[in-house]
Amino acid sequence: MNLDTILQQIFNGLQLGSIYALIALGYTMVYGIIRLINFAHGDFYMIGAYASYGLFSAIGATLFFGLPANQATIIMFIISILGSMAAGGAIAIIANQFAYKPLRNKPRLSALITAMGVSMFLEYFFSALPVIGPSYRGFPEIIKKQLFPIGNAVISNYFLIDVGVAVSLMILLTLIVKYTKIGKAMRAVSLDKDAAKLMGINIESVITVTFLIGGAFAGVAGLLAGLTYPRIYPYMGILPGLKAFVAAVLGGIGNIPGAVLGSYIMGIAETFATAINSLIGEGIAFAILIIVLLVRPQGLLGEKIADKV
Amino acid sequence: MKIPIIDFIYKKFIKRRMTIFIVGALLVMFLIILLQKYNILNAYIIQIINVSLVYVILAVSLNLINGFTGQFSIGHMGFAAVGAYVSATITTLVLKITPNSFSHYLIFILSLIAGGIVAAILGFIIGFPSLRLKGDYLAIVTLGFGEIIRTILNNIDYVGGPRGLLGIPKFSTFPIIFVIAILTIIIIRNIVYSTHGRALLSIRENEVASELVGINTTKYKILSFVIGAFFAGIGGGLLAHLVQIAHPTQFGFMYSFLILIMVYAGGMGSISGSVIAAFGLTFLSEGLRVGLYSLSNLLKFTVGDQWRMVIYSLLLIFIMLFKTEGLMGMKEIKVLIPEEEDIHE
Amino acid sequence: MKRTSKLIYIVSIAILIIGLSFFGCKKQSNEILIGGVGPVTGEAATFGQSIREGCELAILEWNQNGGVLGKQIKFIYQDDKGDPTEAATVWTKLITQDKVVGIVGTAMSKCSLAGAPISQQNKVPMVTPTSTNPKVTEVGDYIFRACFIDPFQGTVGAKFAYENLNARKAGVIFDVGNDYTKGLAEFFRDKFTELGGTVVAFEAHPTGTTDFKAQLTKIISNKPDVIYIPDYYNDAGLIAKQARELGFNGPLVGGDGWDSPDLFKIGGTAIENGFFTNHFSKDDPRPIVQEFVKKYQEKYNKVPDAFAALAYDSMYILLDAIKRAGSTDPEKMKQALMETNINVVSGLITFDKNRNPVKPAVIIAVKNGQQVYQATVNP
Repeated sequence: MNLDTILQQIFNGLQLGSIYALIALGYTMVYGIIRLINFAHGDFYMIGAYASYGLFSAIGATLFFGLPANQATIIMFIISILGSMAAGGAIAIIANQFAYKPLRNKPRLSALITAMGVSMFLEYFFSALPVIGPSYRGFPEIIKKQLFPIGNAVISNYFLIDVGVAVSLMILLTLIVKYTKIGKAMRAVSLDKDAAKLMGINIESVITVTFLIGGAFAGVAGLLAGLTYPRIYPYMGILPGLKAFVAAVLGGIGNIPGAVLGSYIMGIAETFATAINSLIGEGIAFAILIIVLLVRPQGLLGEKIADKV
Repeated sequence: MKIPIIDFIYKKFIKRRMTIFIVGALLVMFLIILLQKYNILNAYIIQIINVSLVYVILAVSLNLINGFTGQFSIGHMGFAAVGAYVSATITTLVLKITPNSFSHYLIFILSLIAGGIVAAILGFIIGFPSLRLKGDYLAIVTLGFGEIIRTILNNIDYVGGPRGLLGIPKFSTFPIIFVIAILTIIIIRNIVYSTHGRALLSIRENEVASELVGINTTKYKILSFVIGAFFAGIGGGLLAHLVQIAHPTQFGFMYSFLILIMVYAGGMGSISGSVIAAFGLTFLSEGLRVGLYSLSNLLKFTVGDQWRMVIYSLLLIFIMLFKTEGLMGMKEIKVLIPEEEDIHE
Repeated sequence: MKRTSKLIYIVSIAILIIGLSFFGCKKQSNEILIGGVGPVTGEAATFGQSIREGCELAILEWNQNGGVLGKQIKFIYQDDKGDPTEAATVWTKLITQDKVVGIVGTAMSKCSLAGAPISQQNKVPMVTPTSTNPKVTEVGDYIFRACFIDPFQGTVGAKFAYENLNARKAGVIFDVGNDYTKGLAEFFRDKFTELGGTVVAFEAHPTGTTDFKAQLTKIISNKPDVIYIPDYYNDAGLIAKQARELGFNGPLVGGDGWDSPDLFKIGGTAIENGFFTNHFSKDDPRPIVQEFVKKYQEKYNKVPDAFAALAYDSMYILLDAIKRAGSTDPEKMKQALMETNINVVSGLITFDKNRNPVKPAVIIAVKNGQQVYQATVNP
């Protein structure tokens, strides 16, 4: 591998990592608030992709009448982002309301199994619905792809979009968490739920908002993935969901910057491991993960919680 | 007239619950064999029973690690994979050398044990991270190990790689699987209600406290992984010889999740719960298939098989919502609890 | 407490009812039962759907023409989830519970390999539409196959690349967890090297991944003349797109897994200058091909893919054999299957001694978003 391919692989890894990051953020936020590993999170991503697909199929053609192509594209793209965020957020809130909320005060393992059930249900349901079905669908090219050479490597405008959207949303989230009232409430609840309740914070609202944001992010990730790897199908959330979960844990689960860091490391590690030996690349990525966790058992940015006796 | 020695034997061996359990189990086994012989139970039901029994072994062994010792392990199928491949490799090699003979079954049992031992070695290795990692972090590592094993198996062309290990003779008959499942239940139950079991439970409840009381948590954590892995390996071997093929995709994380679901749905820390859940979920999955078919006949409208899993997952969610601690919770059926333990006696 | 014990009662009654229905199914004697197995759920669900559609269309046509042996045909299509354990259970169910006389299925070789021993043991003939592992038919003489086996397609692809495309250096990418793609890749590599070419890169990707750039970067940096992509269309389309993006403008070659209308939807313009080996061409003027494509389109609103066509053929092969056998006696059906000599969508089918079909392959080129017939290659 020479310098050029290394550069290309870095770009590949960053692009992948951006998408993982958006999903991982949702995982880590929900975990931080209610200590639940929401296995259905990958499926929120899938629903976001389908939502924008449906949106574009429904509106796409008509919107181009009377508007110059550039403007129409941008408007379409913005609508898609909003649509996928809305869909992802909505399904997250619904799942929370019907499946997770009733188990709020029960052992968290039952919520875990329920999450698995929700995940299975979403996948099988979408696969069984005649309208959607199990087939792979090509995602429409909402934005015309353009390639830019950098040295001997190549990036597309999708790369810029993926990384750009991911980074902007991360910054937005950090701002929300740091400077808004609801952000403060989220931090309070994740730190100590009971104390927050005593302070008068409405726990359930905070949880709902967390799911909304997490689901919305996953939805956008679905849109970006659909755009970049233009293929969607009902089971598309399983693998990215798993990898994002691993990335979130790698960074220290419950820790927002950790999720981002873990995701990019995951993206790059996966890319380089596959480049070195594509036969066992998957295994190498997991092995790296295990080694990191053995060295730092609380994740990269996680807090070492002392065992209180 | 009370003869002391007969009285002693009666009290120690015959009146005890374990005897009742074993006798009951044997009766059930002979009943099923009888029903099979007279074709009241057809091969389909026997197949479902066989698969359920394999899942019983897998679920009960996972319960030891997750339920009784409280270690969050979600890569259990990795152990089963190792056991399957090892035992299948032995039997397929042996078949090429010696002609068909009754001693084959002996070799089969030995191969299962070999598979279990190799899986146990793996469990030993995987047990070490549990010393440093807790909860969800440990889960990720066990998941990672499971996936690494699967990736490695995918690349060993000697055992078929993505083609799978083929031509495995069908050694897993109902009596063999049943007996091994019962043995698994008995052994793990005996472990749980022994002093070692108490140590495991104490680790689950409060690890720091048990360390302070002098329990070697390191030894016991690793022990739970080793034993759980051993039985999982045997379960894997049985599965391979039932389906006559071993393929890496049969042991992916989705299947580890399925066993996890069985353990929790049955009730963590309840052996009988795992048994009920293993049978229940497998029969549910097949029952829905048959039910949908009957429904299609009734409505004269084909309700496709794709809805089967939709209903299955919905039912799973409902079970969790209404019986959140699992079907048996933390309780055990009476016949499995040793008399000495039962405070209600 | 009351609520949960009520739940337990309900659940147990439900299980009882389901259990009783196990014993309740009565077969009507004026129907012939044919079983079908495919991955209805799971990652390969789209192939399971195609197989079902192909089978159902075939059965519809036969039933419209009076069924077989004077009886209407009833089709039971079951899900194997792409899991060998499930496949074994399903085969057992179809044969011992539903009592089908023949089975068309299943898609993946690993599942067919789980079901074949059961078919063989119970003497219920089985025709697999798309399982390409040679070992499937080796299980026994009741197991037949409608598609090519791996060695054939990989070899044909290599010859085409070397002789027709004049490629001397080839890059290969395949799915590490899939025996079909790996088989084709390996046979391609062996034949290409034998002909005098060099395989400059032989890369694998994990199943289900969407980002192939790592592997493609490596392949393209070795400057191949052609890239062999024996993946299914859903992956092939993506790989093509990413390869073009990374700067590769040469021809791409693949196998029958490419055959689907969705190849163009996913691959777009990237698939231009692509070629793949297939069972039949939609341009084929033979009436049976044109009829099939037309009827499939009418019924399902889309162009059939290779899976649907092969399933359709498999069903025809099975039913035709039953007709010629004159009964559902296992021995007679088996004999009739061996003697098959029938014109179906994928050509004139006869079976060799391993019960694999002897039929030519066609090379299809992708031009202007259409499949264009290029050449025929005989075995």
